[in-house]
Amino acid sequence: MSNGFMENSVVRWIEHRLPIFSFIDHSVGSGYPAPRNLSYWWNFGSLAGVALVIMIITGIMLAMQYTPHVDYAFDSVERIMRDVNHGWLLRYLHANGASFFFIVVYIHIFRGLYYGSYKAPRELLWILGVVILLLMMATAFMGYVLPWGQMSFWAATVITNLFSAIPLIGESIVTWLWGGFSVDNPTLNRFYALHYLLPFVIFAVVFVHIWALHVHGSNNPLGIDTKGPQDKIPFHPYYTVKDLFGLGVFLIVLSAFVFFAPNYLGHPDNYIPANPLSTPPHIVPEWYFLPFYAILRAVDFDFLWIVPAKLGGVILMFGSIMVLFILPWLDRSPVRSAKFRPIYRQFFYIFAIDCVILGIMGAKSADGNTFGMTNVFISQVATFYYFAHFLVIIPLVSTLERPKPLPSSISEPVLKGGGSMAGATAKPMEKA
Amino acid sequence: MPKSSRYGRKALAASLVIALSGGLGMALESSPAAAAGGGFPFPEQSWSFDGVFGTFDRAALQRGFQVYNEACSACHGLEYVAFRNLAALGYNDEQIKAFAAEKLIVDGPDDEGEMFEREGRPSDLFPSPFPNAQAAAASNNGAVPPDLSLMAKARAGGADYIYAILMGYQDSLPESVLQEIFDLRTAENEKKYKAALEEYEDRLDAYQDKIEDGQTATEPVKPEKPEPVTSVEDLGLPDTAHFNAYFAGFGIAMGQPLYGDDVEFADGTEATIEQQARDVAHFLTWAAEPTMEERKRSGIKVILFLIVLTALFYAVKRKVWADLH
Ligand code: HEC
Ligand code: HEM
Repeated sequence: MSNGFMENSVVRWIEHRLPIFSFIDHSVGSGYPAPRNLSYWWNFGSLAGVALVIMIITGIMLAMQYTPHVDYAFDSVERIMRDVNHGWLLRYLHANGASFFFIVVYIHIFRGLYYGSYKAPRELLWILGVVILLLMMATAFMGYVLPWGQMSFWAATVITNLFSAIPLIGESIVTWLWGGFSVDNPTLNRFYALHYLLPFVIFAVVFVHIWALHVHGSNNPLGIDTKGPQDKIPFHPYYTVKDLFGLGVFLIVLSAFVFFAPNYLGHPDNYIPANPLSTPPHIVPEWYFLPFYAILRAVDFDFLWIVPAKLGGVILMFGSIMVLFILPWLDRSPVRSAKFRPIYRQFFYIFAIDCVILGIMGAKSADGNTFGMTNVFISQVATFYYFAHFLVIIPLVSTLERPKPLPSSISEPVLKGGGSMAGATAKPMEKA
Repeated sequence: MPKSSRYGRKALAASLVIALSGGLGMALESSPAAAAGGGFPFPEQSWSFDGVFGTFDRAALQRGFQVYNEACSACHGLEYVAFRNLAALGYNDEQIKAFAAEKLIVDGPDDEGEMFEREGRPSDLFPSPFPNAQAAAASNNGAVPPDLSLMAKARAGGADYIYAILMGYQDSLPESVLQEIFDLRTAENEKKYKAALEEYEDRLDAYQDKIEDGQTATEPVKPEKPEPVTSVEDLGLPDTAHFNAYFAGFGIAMGQPLYGDDVEFADGTEATIEQQARDVAHFLTWAAEPTMEERKRSGIKVILFLIVLTALFYAVKRKVWADLH
């Protein structure tokens, strides 16, 4: 901080007792050096943080008006929409905010996949990110149950029922989760308690995530380590202002949905009060769960007589996220950025398309057809490819591929001298 | 920046946009025809409340309220709307008091511990026509008329769907739509027949084998070839259902509620069936979200503000970064 702020006597008094100003400065200020070449893909981390804050603020304000009881939950949400001052704004911000939180986090994850941000020395940082993703999914799932509409109720029923696939103790677990013999008031109560709690757990994990980030600093589009001060710029003002610009764009897009298409990402059935006696013809989860839903439904056969279809689906669905935990060890290539990995780059795009296909299949009814193939068949192929990408393609490509030459440093990109040749590809792993 | 990496960045951007639109695409999945689960796809209408600047038409809202009050409220409640909310339609306090006073509200208990009925007040919610779901079902051949407060949000297509349902009875339908529905059902029946026939042949073989082995068996019955569907009666709807082109399965428990001239509009507009259906759909869209106009108005202000703010951030960003490039 060079602007005289630190010379102020009050600031100095506080700083001497609680060094909070230098802490902030070293976290997001001029005292935190960041690579100078970060692209706009690096905006999504801070955006995810802002999205979390928006969710917590709107959520707490909703909680002041919401009633977690099967007889009143739906009504209380409608009262928020109609009678609470700007209640419609709070609720639409919260509902659409959840969708945008996932959009931002998914982009953030794909950024990591493309630029190899999960590789040493950032494995723990990546793993903490996957933990955040899991917690977000649990939070969003339980939040969706709170308005107690038809989709709330039936999504809760379908998803909690998955646990009955666990051999021997499955049924007991489901009864325990429900707090009874069906999704009912005790279920709603505990989901509300957990929905209130988990965002703060996420907050804590985000804190550790950022702590880990600050140990080695951000990765960057070239994927090579910073070599010295010429490769870095202070976070403030360079990235604070860049993040603010990104935030502006994010808020514009979010507002377009909140104010002009607030129910576009939702499902009309959730405006029908929950009715345990009437099953909707089409039970679909929120869009951000669709790829996982497709994986779940892809398994329609028993595996070797030991694993019944339902259990197989559940294992694969959870496995599709668990595999992300071991990704840093599946990818053996010392080169981080896909920019210098021509083969991996192709597979990255195919993988992204595969995820989109899974998402589309998750939205379609399982017994339908697309392009003359059954949806189940397409889901099976796409699921197979999803796992093959991580378990076969990445390990193979990472050992067989010949990466392009890396630039010798961030401040002297390829332009200058073509960098050192293939022998230098192992360099980024060494500590500079 | 080398060319290839710039290309790579663009491609990354493109693939993420595709990924997102794939996600959004699912929302489209629940488009009218799919969600109706078998109803005939209904036409899209244009409404004054469409679009970013759309607002409700006060005259249409008042007429629509009149239709609801006189032609629907005997069966359908409006439990999330209070009489006082009618001020938004342009009614004054006297008119609102009068509308409320027409309804009887159960209140109490009084000092003796008895429930009693009294005239409605502006602060009351619209009373439901039936004391409970069982009573509602008992008076409607077992089907409960749903509350209409959220109907426009609870069905894909909203106002378009409500209008379609009210215009979907046999008298109001163009001959061509009827014919298409008949053809659809004929094709469905043929498909079912073919499947049944195959099954029959398998069973017949099994039966003959058994007979040859000297066992006893019952001869399977040959399915009958279906006649083509040429009338509403041929659709084989249950007795309690009324034909409706746009309702899932083509049979709705609600008898045709509008025929034309069901109400006499206070503003003198001719009460054709189309006019009434349109106006009540308009009114129910308001009832589903009375804050819609406020939402869109705020939205325009918020987005204009954000655009200016973002442009400012961009300018500052350019300036701050200028010394780096
Ligand atoms: C005689 C009682 C009665 C009257 C009068 C009546 N309805 Fe209905 N309505 C019903 C019943 C019963 C159902 C349930 C139909 C079903 O589930 O098959 C229904 C269902 C509906 C539905 C829902 C259809 C769906 O998708 O589930 C709408 C919309 C509707 N009515 C609108 C109206 C409107 C608008 C009016 C006034 C113009 C009206 N109704 C008048 C009895 C009535
Ligand atoms: C990680 C952050 C969070 C996510 C992803 C999230 C997600 C959701 C979702 C998807 C819904 C359903 C919205 C709808 O369709 O109506 C919801 C509802 C709700 N959430 Fe959250 N939420 C988060 C944080 C919070 C917090 C911190 C609170 C504070 C207690 C909270 C309180 C509520 C309440 C009261 C509802 C019910 C009202 C409603 O449905 O609109 N949420 N949440």
